[in-house]
Amino acid sequence: LSLWSDEWPLRSATPTPSPLVPDKIEDELEMTMVCHRPEGLEQLEAQTNFTKRELQVLYRGFKNECPSGVVNEETFKQIYAQFFPHGDASMYAHYLFHAFDTTQTGSVKFEDFVTALSILLRGTVHEKLRWTFNLYDINKDGYINKEEMMDIVKAIYDMMGKYTYPVLKEDTPRQHVDVFFQKMDKNKDGIVTLDEFLESCQEDDNIMRSLQLFQNVM
Amino acid sequence: MAAGVAAWLPFARAAAIGWMPVANCPMPLAPADKSKRQDELIVLNVSGRRFQTWRTTLERYPDTLLGSTEKEFFFNEDTKEYFFDRDPEVFRCVLNFYRTGKLHYPRYECISAYDEELAFYGILPEIIGDCCYEEYKDRKRENAERLMDDNDSENNQESMPSLSFRQTMWRAFENPHTSTLALVFYYVTGFFIAVSVITNVVETVPCGTVPGSKELPCGERYSVAFFCLDTACVMIFTVEYLLRLFAAPSRYRFIRSVMSIIDVVAIMPYYIGLVMTNNEDVSGAFVTLRVFRVFRIFKFSRHSQGLRILGYTLKSCASELGFLLFSLTMAIIIFATVMFYAEKGSSASKFTSIPASFWYTIVTMTTLGYGDMVPKTIAGKIFGSICSLSGVLVIALPVPVIVSNFSRIYHQNQRADKRRAQKKARLARIRVAKTGSSNAYLHSKRNGLLTEALELMGTPEEEHMGKTTSLIESQHHHLLHCLEKTTGLSYLVDDPLLSVRTSTIKNHEFIDEQMFEQNCMESSMQNYPSTRSPSLSSHPGLTTTCCSRRSKKTTHLPNSNLPATRLRSMQELSTIHIQGSEQPSLTTRPLPTTSNESQGIQGKQKSNATNDSRSSLNLKADDGLRPNCKTSQITTAIISIPTPPALTPEGESRPAPASPGPNTNIPSIASNVVKVSAL
Repeated sequence: LSLWSDEWPLRSATPTPSPLVPDKIEDELEMTMVCHRPEGLEQLEAQTNFTKRELQVLYRGFKNECPSGVVNEETFKQIYAQFFPHGDASMYAHYLFHAFDTTQTGSVKFEDFVTALSILLRGTVHEKLRWTFNLYDINKDGYINKEEMMDIVKAIYDMMGKYTYPVLKEDTPRQHVDVFFQKMDKNKDGIVTLDEFLESCQEDDNIMRSLQLFQNVM
Repeated sequence: MAAGVAAWLPFARAAAIGWMPVANCPMPLAPADKSKRQDELIVLNVSGRRFQTWRTTLERYPDTLLGSTEKEFFFNEDTKEYFFDRDPEVFRCVLNFYRTGKLHYPRYECISAYDEELAFYGILPEIIGDCCYEEYKDRKRENAERLMDDNDSENNQESMPSLSFRQTMWRAFENPHTSTLALVFYYVTGFFIAVSVITNVVETVPCGTVPGSKELPCGERYSVAFFCLDTACVMIFTVEYLLRLFAAPSRYRFIRSVMSIIDVVAIMPYYIGLVMTNNEDVSGAFVTLRVFRVFRIFKFSRHSQGLRILGYTLKSCASELGFLLFSLTMAIIIFATVMFYAEKGSSASKFTSIPASFWYTIVTMTTLGYGDMVPKTIAGKIFGSICSLSGVLVIALPVPVIVSNFSRIYHQNQRADKRRAQKKARLARIRVAKTGSSNAYLHSKRNGLLTEALELMGTPEEEHMGKTTSLIESQHHHLLHCLEKTTGLSYLVDDPLLSVRTSTIKNHEFIDEQMFEQNCMESSMQNYPSTRSPSLSSHPGLTTTCCSRRSKKTTHLPNSNLPATRLRSMQELSTIHIQGSEQPSLTTRPLPTTSNESQGIQGKQKSNATNDSRSSLNLKADDGLRPNCKTSQITTAIISIPTPPALTPEGESRPAPASPGPNTNIPSIASNVVKVSAL
């Protein structure tokens, strides 16, 4: 009976939603009002390394999950999380989203999506490595420092979830990052530049081989 | 993994490139996409209505009719389409399920027809989406109740020889229609209740005068007769009460029930009167006690369904009635005060105090207007009229609100309770789906290992090995495997059938919680129990000691140190529910399709109810931090007992005892496989 309540808003029993979810209904409506149509199929085919059929399949999947034509970070996270049911893929998805969202608008259109996929699946080794560098470089300043790498590695470990064998020790991520830096940081100055990264990765056979792993995913 | 998201699998796999530079060891090979077939449209002809969809859409759910090869039985060679002689309306829902991943229940559809169709297409009703699940469950329950009622009325004629005398008596009391004797008893008690009530009433009627004394009420004139009647009634009531007490299934609960209290209160005055002497002091109190005899009228509620419904109505509407009372009280006080001060000036005013004005206010507001108190001053009259006008409003307004509120709140409460009950089942379903997918991963990994082994050995029977996983699934599993390799950890999940433990220091794979427990118990107890004993598993500190012992450091359970602050999201749900999951793998046991399935899941999860009952999506992390060693449905038996120190990181492999496969030398092959892939 809210007849008697004045201005004090009632605190609902449900816990507060995550800050990334739009609090106001208006924001949500605004997002869904935005409807984006991608450029023509021929244009996309020319710009990316996919065939028309592949673009069709990709677009159908894209549109299925994001009928408005753009994907925002929350949806992105939810979709990515479905592939990792036992872990928490939200942080990694967050970094991924910012790597996909090259213009930093907060939403990823189909063109951006397909461009990034084209690099990752069909691009040259150089392009892939450059994209990965961009992913690791969280603040996009052109350098990877230990903190950024820690965040990334932690996010990857989060995806495994809490129940693993062996159990995740506290310093495992740090050790992992140290190993990474040992490998990548040639001049030992504590940051990895793009050139160092490219050089180190090209020297490592494992990495080279694993980059080709998803070559014919489609 | 939801089917619609399968289209995003290429994206997820592409994103895995981000892990590659971080990984220290080589990645497993990707599954080969052997089918070069392009996606094609297939035509489904359902009773003449043609539906078309992509083949891959249907293959999203390989364990249904349309997703498996079972549909080939319905293939019509002449028209090159699949013909189903079923209801096209329901088929529309079924096909939408494949398209969107959500199964909806159309309201106009009959529940049993819908269930039949779902059973035909091999779809479990439990996956109905949340938007329609409530409706579906309601209808299903109504249907079940209707069937039960039909069954009951059939069974009523049958005799149940297995009931004891006590049980028959109780049944006779509760359902008078079961036997003639019960019916007779029912009517006799009813008659005596009526007699008793009438006696009480007539007792007080003035009965004419005895010559020589003043007018007496009948009760005192014919006191003997009335006493006999009263005695007879009370005797009947006492006998009835004792019989009910004897027959009650739970005497303690019977004594506490409302009806029995009414019975006791109804007959107590008589006994107290018997006991008490004809003392002048207590006879006054005794007279007061006789008032309680009127409670005998409430005994009629056993005889009248309507009275019971009314009582329940009032009870459930208590808050609304309370509000009405409260607002009335406020108005009464306000107007009484006003009237008192308005009439203060007038001489010989009846409004002597505010409480005295209460009577006036009540009588006026309820528009009774006895007229024993009327205002005389002008101000009093003005306020009196305002009072009577507002009385109409104050009383007339809440009553319909109460009536509608009552029906609304009543239904809402029922729905909220249902939703709360179903929420548990819903979360259980989500959890089951999640563990199902990871169990599928473990299952296929085991099969995959064996397949690799066979490939290495060169046996041509590799085709017989579990090709039950679709390409999408195998790609998904490859993705998870890559993640394991990157981080150097392996997943833990429940899988009673899986007991392959392939662990080396570099290759850590997804293993099951049972193995985790076993590791814990091994290291702490140096033995290898093949069954869970509850006493062992109830030690929350067990894992602490084992982990610390294993790592030879005094670290407490490392899982609790994960940055839990970052994990506030939907995914939290999945990690927490892992610990309590006692579900056997979905791939091994099909869920029953009865409507009690959700309750069944609830029942199984009862022991973990405390873990699962935080049903909001943003769960607290502390629940998930203690891996629960309780498993009650493990059916695996470990064939070989390894040497106790096998828990060192350079662990050996254990052969898989229950793996499916035609070859008997598979266990040894499995162990070989592990060593090969441990490179």
